[in-house]
Amino acid sequence: MTRLGRRAVLAGLAAAALPRPALPRPALAQGARGRVVVVGGGFGGATAARVLHRAGLAVTLVEPAETYWACPFSNEVIAGLRPMSAQAFGYDALRASGVTLARTSAEAIDGAARRVRLADGTALDYDRLILSPGIALRFDALPGYDAAAAEVMPHAWKAGAQTELLARQLAALPEGGTVVLSVPGNPYRCPPGPYERASLIAHYLKTRKPRAKLIVLDAKDTFSKQKLFQQAWAALYPGILDYVPLAAGGQVTSVDATAMTVATDFETYKADLACIIPPQRAAPIASAAGVADRSGWCPIDPVTFESRLVPGIHVVGDAAIAGAMPKSAFAANAQGKVCAEAVIDLLAGRAPEAPKLINTCYSLVAPGYGISVAGVYHPANGVLADVEGAGGTSPVDAPETVRRQEAVYAEDWYRTITAAVFG
Amino acid sequence: MRASLLLVLLATTPAAASPPGASSCSGCHGAPGGAVPSLAGHSADDIAASLAAFRSGARPATVMNRIAKGFSDDESQAIAAWIAGGGQ
Repeated sequence: MTRLGRRAVLAGLAAAALPRPALPRPALAQGARGRVVVVGGGFGGATAARVLHRAGLAVTLVEPAETYWACPFSNEVIAGLRPMSAQAFGYDALRASGVTLARTSAEAIDGAARRVRLADGTALDYDRLILSPGIALRFDALPGYDAAAAEVMPHAWKAGAQTELLARQLAALPEGGTVVLSVPGNPYRCPPGPYERASLIAHYLKTRKPRAKLIVLDAKDTFSKQKLFQQAWAALYPGILDYVPLAAGGQVTSVDATAMTVATDFETYKADLACIIPPQRAAPIASAAGVADRSGWCPIDPVTFESRLVPGIHVVGDAAIAGAMPKSAFAANAQGKVCAEAVIDLLAGRAPEAPKLINTCYSLVAPGYGISVAGVYHPANGVLADVEGAGGTSPVDAPETVRRQEAVYAEDWYRTITAAVFG
Repeated sequence: MRASLLLVLLATTPAAASPPGASSCSGCHGAPGGAVPSLAGHSADDIAASLAAFRSGARPATVMNRIAKGFSDDESQAIAAWIAGGGQ
């Protein structure tokens, strides 16, 4: 019998013999025994913890924060289009569902002893660990840009206080002021995010500070959804948004937070407001666990997301080197599910099947004007590769109705995914 | 008879995992009432037919035509059966 045939028969029998919700879940963890620890309660980690718990496994989620501030849509907060409260999520529902939460941070991971040492002095032993730690901003990569400078020139690349700081600075921008936005080279969290931010800041300037300007300094020449963004910029923000790619001298080489200047090899820009998105790497716990390589990111097996460097530790989300998959909330959520299922299989002594994963990312270039990029990924030659012929961006020649529809879908996606992860 | 056959099938079902690609769907498709259609309550045939129509372009879409092209007919049917069976 083919796999599909067996599944179809099974589904048919299930429908006939049992109330539907009773069947698949308890069967999931069949034969799986073991302790799983998940480190990091974002889109990847909280998702993985949910799937593992639903399958009947003992899982502890290590997350020190009581509130999770979501990055998707935080560019709208910066542009004054959305309250910060719309980005806040808690862990009460996860806790109520039965997931054990350790409200502390992981300080060290001993991959040989399979033990996590926690900041509260306790330790957790594991059979499998899922690490979803997110990113760290590199304060050693751009001369002049350190943690103190970030309080003057916000990155706002981790949602929370930084988002609110940038929103306040934008609201206080003098008439006719200059905003400088610095965009790093690849890889970094949320590839289209800087360009959505540029768009929505430009929208804010156009509607609230019409004599002000935005200069976008980019360390690269090509970027996600580029044609769509540039088409929208030409239509909506001429004379407001000035985009300077690498080839035109856009790479920022240093900043001075006291003088409020941003320098490239060719020019020094005086800013009234500077948003500096610096280079990034996996959060420090990844290096402490030995799962980050010299790039600062974590190489993984594309079927199980198990670290290439330390057995028993799986890495999902922005910290992972996931091949063609972007560092996005959607991707982290999809990876959290696939990784959790692989961990269940491994704990049951089964070989996980090669997965496929989807990513869909929406960006707003103005209120009611959405664009998207989608992709389907599978393991090929040891990495997660694009499935040929699938994916791509919204059509460049799409009518206004499609842009409006994608803006609605973007909002709906956010509502759905945050409910699935935190609700 | 039917129940015992079910147990045998369950015991020999090899993978814990959902079919390739299936678990990603709930990233967008959630509870009924949103702008993105919920998949709850749809039959496997309906879902598989929609995926086939998205793949061929017969059914217009924003992102689903781009996504459906990443799956074969067999894969689409496996996904449809899993979702119709309550997978998420």
